[in-house]
Amino acid sequence: MTRVKKKSFIIMTFLGPLLMASIGILPVWLAKSTESIRKVHVLDETGIAEGQLASNENIVFSYIHSSLSEAKKNLNNSDIYALVHIPSGKDDNLLVVQRNIKLYSNEQVSLNVKIYIENQIEKQIERSLLKSQGVDKELVASIENQVNVTLNTVPLNETPAKDVSYDPELSTALGAIGGILIYFFIFLFGAQVMRGVIEEKTNRIVEVIISSVKPFQLMMGKIVGIALVGLTQFLLWVVLTGGIYTIFMNTVVKEKYSSERIEMLMQNSPDGTSVDNIDELIENQQMIKRIESINWALIIPAFIFYFLGGYLLYGSLFAAIGSAVDNETDTQQFVLPITVPLIFSFVMAQTILNDPTGTVAKWLSIIPLTSPIVMMVRLPFQVAPWELALSMVMLVLGFIFTTWIASKVYRTGILMYGKRVTWKEIAKWLRYS
Amino acid sequence: MANPIFEAKQVSKSYGSYKALDQVDITVEEGSVFGLLGPNGAGKTSLIRIINQITAPDSGTLLLRGKTLSPDDVRNIGYLPEERGLYKKMEVGEQCIYLAQLKGLSKSEAKKRLRYWFEKFEMQAWWNKKVEELSKGMAQKVQFVVTILHEPELLIFDEPFSGFDPVNAAVIRNEILELSKKGATIIFSTHRMETVEELCDSIALINKSKKILDGKVRDIQQAFRTNTYEMEFKGNMLGFTNALWTGFELIEKWNDQDNCKVKLKILNNNKVNDLLNAVMPVCEIKSFREIIPGMNDIFIQTVQNAKPTESLENE
Repeated sequence: MTRVKKKSFIIMTFLGPLLMASIGILPVWLAKSTESIRKVHVLDETGIAEGQLASNENIVFSYIHSSLSEAKKNLNNSDIYALVHIPSGKDDNLLVVQRNIKLYSNEQVSLNVKIYIENQIEKQIERSLLKSQGVDKELVASIENQVNVTLNTVPLNETPAKDVSYDPELSTALGAIGGILIYFFIFLFGAQVMRGVIEEKTNRIVEVIISSVKPFQLMMGKIVGIALVGLTQFLLWVVLTGGIYTIFMNTVVKEKYSSERIEMLMQNSPDGTSVDNIDELIENQQMIKRIESINWALIIPAFIFYFLGGYLLYGSLFAAIGSAVDNETDTQQFVLPITVPLIFSFVMAQTILNDPTGTVAKWLSIIPLTSPIVMMVRLPFQVAPWELALSMVMLVLGFIFTTWIASKVYRTGILMYGKRVTWKEIAKWLRYS
Repeated sequence: MANPIFEAKQVSKSYGSYKALDQVDITVEEGSVFGLLGPNGAGKTSLIRIINQITAPDSGTLLLRGKTLSPDDVRNIGYLPEERGLYKKMEVGEQCIYLAQLKGLSKSEAKKRLRYWFEKFEMQAWWNKKVEELSKGMAQKVQFVVTILHEPELLIFDEPFSGFDPVNAAVIRNEILELSKKGATIIFSTHRMETVEELCDSIALINKSKKILDGKVRDIQQAFRTNTYEMEFKGNMLGFTNALWTGFELIEKWNDQDNCKVKLKILNNNKVNDLLNAVMPVCEIKSFREIIPGMNDIFIQTVQNAKPTESLENE
């Protein structure tokens, strides 16, 4: 109860979604606002790139014809961002030339810029080589313009509802995010349970309270209470993040990535110079569509279920630890063994992302100690309903079992003071009737 | 004889191989103040926890008004543990209401009663303070209020006076007496024997997990009487000593010129009047009283007497 009123809770609740949303929005916004137009000089001694490199929103190419040393001096004194030097080779063999191309700059060139320039030059060399083999330049350009492969993966066992473009990249990201969130939530709230129990124990209020309620009730009250705090926070996050996302979509993004605008751009630039620009727009537009096409109706409830289940499972263990020790520094030896499965499944997440339907993934998603994280990782990759059901049932059984164990330890531990507790001691408590 | 409100019969409890209570019987009469005495580690707190149903006994029965103690009975019991504390971050008023609700009071009723007690103890100003801002004694006072707030018929205080300054200890002591007068039955454990003499009607003495003595305080004191008397008189000490014949033994004497004070024991079947008759001719008696053994002496004596038998048992 006091927890919800704490300032830190309120701050985190409102800051959380802002942080989350900003993780998504900020890069886009920053990229847009800070990336000023960069002038890049091209000193082309071979003539292959002359007038051919396509400028984009951020990079403007201009071509100079001077000596290299002069160009470098120029670079030092002016607001020119970088200098591309394409030296002429012996026989202008482009395959040799391409290895000697250099990019000079005053400061470290950003990766984006480097990749973009590399792409552009590559394209020119390609064209030039094709041309030398007698392929028409116009033809190449028009073909390039038409070819644009995006793989739409379709899961077979699923009825192809709508035009759900289900793609592994997004699922990977989603799985990873889900797993990480569960991991942190269990740790965060589990540790809160433990600290709460230790607080009650060291405060000595526990004896007053358990003269009114049963130790089991007190323990469950603590766990459920913090679960509700966690859920409140999570739901607020979902609502607020959703809200911010929607607002962002409706104002900034919609206009930029609307189909009409893209079509218009396509029509207006038949020459192909801004093709990449449009590609990028289309890609982003599809990304947004994909985000919207994710089966949120499955993922969010599943997330809540696995968060709750995993939390109850670990929370009761954390409560038992809290009851067994006198202060927080003594918790280390007990916390580590208990959290090993949690950390293990977190580490395994990478492997599971690579092979989400493999045997390891299946087993880990069914074992209750690891299933909350592993199942969240697997979920975006279509999980068989029976596996999901089995995993959920196992999780429920799992937390009933750990709660039962924990309540035995808790009952004895909570009134035990000044005793250095060992595993052996705890095993003894379990046998007390 | 009043009805017993609470009875424990043959209660035993062990923690692993350690025996905390061994076949302990106690009977607490309704409306009485019952002292649970014993050296540290004797098993008092274990017994109190069993009465509060915090832990269950291994064997034995517990009866409240003749019926087996049930979980609902916690509403009729108020418990102030020896190791006490409150949530430090919570405000005093809010916390009191919460704890009262745990005992089954409604929120409005709890508020009403709290207002009365906070006024009585002059602690209204603490209502919106956090517990961590209170001193230890203040926090204890708050806890005392919480313990008695739901007006239980059975009150259990474990070392209620530890941590209080003399003024507040007196306030609490008076409050306990008043509650007793209003009809509440009070069990309390303490090491302070002077409060036992002052407050308790009956006691039970527990030592090394066994009950070794119980009964009414007055009866116990009678039983431990040693026929020792103290007398102050004006007169000649030598003459006084000579006047005593073999039936009396002089234990100690103090004299300041002709103001004398003696401690003596009446031997055999001699009566108090025999003593007075013997000494009256030689002195002017100023005061005369029986020395009733203090609970302190009884406590020490009983515990020490219990030791040899205990050690024999162990061998």
